[in-house]
Amino acid sequence: MNAQYVLGLGDDCLISSHRLAEWSGRAPGLEEDVALANIALDQLGQARMLLQHAGSLLGQTEDELAYLRGEREFRNVQLAELPNGDFGHTIARLLCFSSYQVALYSGLAAGPDPALAAIAGKAVKEVRYHRDYASQWTRRLGDGTAESHRRMAAGLAAVWPYTYELFEDRHAEPVPGLTRAGWLSDVGAVLTAATLEVPADDGWHPTGGRDGLHTEALGYLLAEMQHLHRAHPGATW
Amino acid sequence: MLWEVFVRPRRGLSHTHAGSLHAADAELALRNARDLYTRRSEGVSIWVVPSSEITASSPDDKGEFFDPAADKVYRHPTFYEVPEGVEHL
Repeated sequence: MNAQYVLGLGDDCLISSHRLAEWSGRAPGLEEDVALANIALDQLGQARMLLQHAGSLLGQTEDELAYLRGEREFRNVQLAELPNGDFGHTIARLLCFSSYQVALYSGLAAGPDPALAAIAGKAVKEVRYHRDYASQWTRRLGDGTAESHRRMAAGLAAVWPYTYELFEDRHAEPVPGLTRAGWLSDVGAVLTAATLEVPADDGWHPTGGRDGLHTEALGYLLAEMQHLHRAHPGATW
Repeated sequence: MLWEVFVRPRRGLSHTHAGSLHAADAELALRNARDLYTRRSEGVSIWVVPSSEITASSPDDKGEFFDPAADKVYRHPTFYEVPEGVEHL
């Protein structure tokens, strides 16, 4: 399997995990604080396995890959790095991302690369829960008060253009069952139940994450994530 | 809204009270309970109950409620020998 492809999947998890972890201590309630941190930890576990696998193909360690690459060397989709915004924004991003991951891992679990299949087989249960969590909140915010509906719709509109990139992976063999049509039917069902509309396609499809082109938000995230390791090379704790 | 959480550690044991949490409704309470009380494999089944639905005995009635049972030793199964290897009696 193409090392750059595995690296991209690992980076998706690592960057998304860091974003969700930013909610720690700031979530709307203690319970959501723990729930979001739990999901972030699941994603971090997936990131470690994927980066170890990519690292074994590239001759690097997971720490080198996570802490010593620059912004242009990260291969995550731009959706993963988008700033948290309010809770509605974060839930919209998680719904789109986890629905993609469920189809992705289901396909990879039956795929030809045994290492990747093992990682995907373990991770698919975790991302099914992430999708369930995001679906529950999408329904409650969308079908809640006028204000929660407005915020959920705004979050969805903000992340929607970035969802096209998920399905245009040029570095990968097609994964069976991973299509935008299938994803749209999954996410669309959740949105309908939440009295939300599927955002219209206005033709703007930002892309380039898999080639190292990112939004301005990623640099700030990396600065925070990497500064300790760069200031104290080889530090352990 | 406050919910009480009951977790069954494994098959064959009863659900026991694990704690309480806040959630907007029952489905979210169940998911919060999963994250708060079973993330270290503590359970195989979860119940959530609205705290307001629990009728509890009052500490003021402790005397009437519980003291009369204290001196009736013949109600306690202390005259049997517990066979070896019985863990949950």
